[in-house]
Amino acid sequence: MRKDQTLGAYLFSQGVSRRGFLKFCSATASLMALPPTMVGRVAAALENARRPSVIWLSFQECTGCTESLTRSHAPTVESLIFDAISLDYHHTLQAAAGHGAEAAREAAMEENAGEYLLVVDGSIPIGNPAYSTIAGISNLDMLKESAANAAAIIAVGTCAAYGGIPHANPNPTGAVSVSDIIKDKPIINVSGCPPIPVVITGVLAHFLTFGSIPELDELGRPKAFFGQSIHDRCYRRPFYERGQFAKSFDDEGARQGWCLYELGCKGPTTYNACATLKWNEGTSFPIGSGHGCIGCSEPDFWDKGSFYRPIAAGLWGSRDALLGAAAAGAAIGIGTALAARSKKKRANAAKETEST
Amino acid sequence: MSALDTISVRVEASSGNVRPLLHEIRHALQRVADGGIGTTIDLGSLPLAPGEEKRIEELLGSGELRAELDALGPTVLQETRYAGVWFVTHRNTEQEVVARFIEVTRVPELLLAQEVDMQRAVHELEKQLEVN
Repeated sequence: MRKDQTLGAYLFSQGVSRRGFLKFCSATASLMALPPTMVGRVAAALENARRPSVIWLSFQECTGCTESLTRSHAPTVESLIFDAISLDYHHTLQAAAGHGAEAAREAAMEENAGEYLLVVDGSIPIGNPAYSTIAGISNLDMLKESAANAAAIIAVGTCAAYGGIPHANPNPTGAVSVSDIIKDKPIINVSGCPPIPVVITGVLAHFLTFGSIPELDELGRPKAFFGQSIHDRCYRRPFYERGQFAKSFDDEGARQGWCLYELGCKGPTTYNACATLKWNEGTSFPIGSGHGCIGCSEPDFWDKGSFYRPIAAGLWGSRDALLGAAAAGAAIGIGTALAARSKKKRANAAKETEST
Repeated sequence: MSALDTISVRVEASSGNVRPLLHEIRHALQRVADGGIGTTIDLGSLPLAPGEEKRIEELLGSGELRAELDALGPTVLQETRYAGVWFVTHRNTEQEVVARFIEVTRVPELLLAQEVDMQRAVHELEKQLEVN
């Protein structure tokens, strides 16, 4: 697809019929978690969308986010979206290497100043910039340089969004998130370790479609995907409401698919779309496979104690308190969710105070 | 039988969302029958337990009409046993499901010939006539 060509003209030139285009728009609207009534608007916007330049920077990361995206299950829709963007720089995916790769980044920044989309995965070490460099440039310098003329930034994965595992105690590299450094650009946090691939593509599709960033929650995440907790959308919720909890991973309750809350599931305090979008071609998600949610889309998830320790024990400090509360059934979750939201608000307030 | 089949994990959990969905379809169908507008439900947006999508499919069954569209991979539009309620399954070129909807409408829009395609068809037909 040429840069000056609209997506509608491109698809038409590829022999895609209007029916095919409407199908593409239906799948894209679903991908963006938009209601089906929005398909008409998506079609009108996509038809006239032009190909934006995208620069993808990878810092302290494991490449899991890119793996997640490239192993995603909707190649037709996603490859069309990738045809519709100009991915001008991506370590893992680009053919160019060395000076040629850096020249591609510099050219894309110059030619598309103020209009390109910057995608970042991985955290940024500020303890000692030499911990992670690319072409002799520290991650910190490369981020600042690349962000300066970006239209918006997408922080992909919990490392870029909140520091992630490199940021975990004792944080040996002094890892921080993109939003800890860049304060003057719109930043969309697509958290998760890794994020759900269709969420990454959905955010790209939103930018491509509407030329703007989606509505975000207080942690900078798109509300369409992170607006509800895993617990709110979990199919095991009715067991929770009835106070039916698996006590171990192989007891009768676990076999019958009961709630995994007492086995450490972080669903009540985790905001993500795993329960509906699921993984592996929509096959399942951790809870569907019998393991609790580990809360990987939340800040500092690695430092919140054992993945197998119930949330209430963390909030209230003792196993005895948990057992007493567990007997109260649904009341725990309401309290936990409220406490989680309250903690989140306090954390944000503290963050705002620090930054001012 | 594979080793996985021997694990005695029950997967017939219930999200409690199947019955409310059927009620939603019933109300939507009544609206269409009364001359109102249709409704599209994105199955990907609903929290369903393993096996529940299949259960919904079984409950709605198959009706008289089934159409297949070949555009960016196959799409199957299957009317259910309830007139005006359609299962629409979009697949990509690798046959993977990319989106699944229940449409409550007289005819899903995708089945209608689109104006742009008809204009293109007229042009192509004219070219064909010039050749012959």
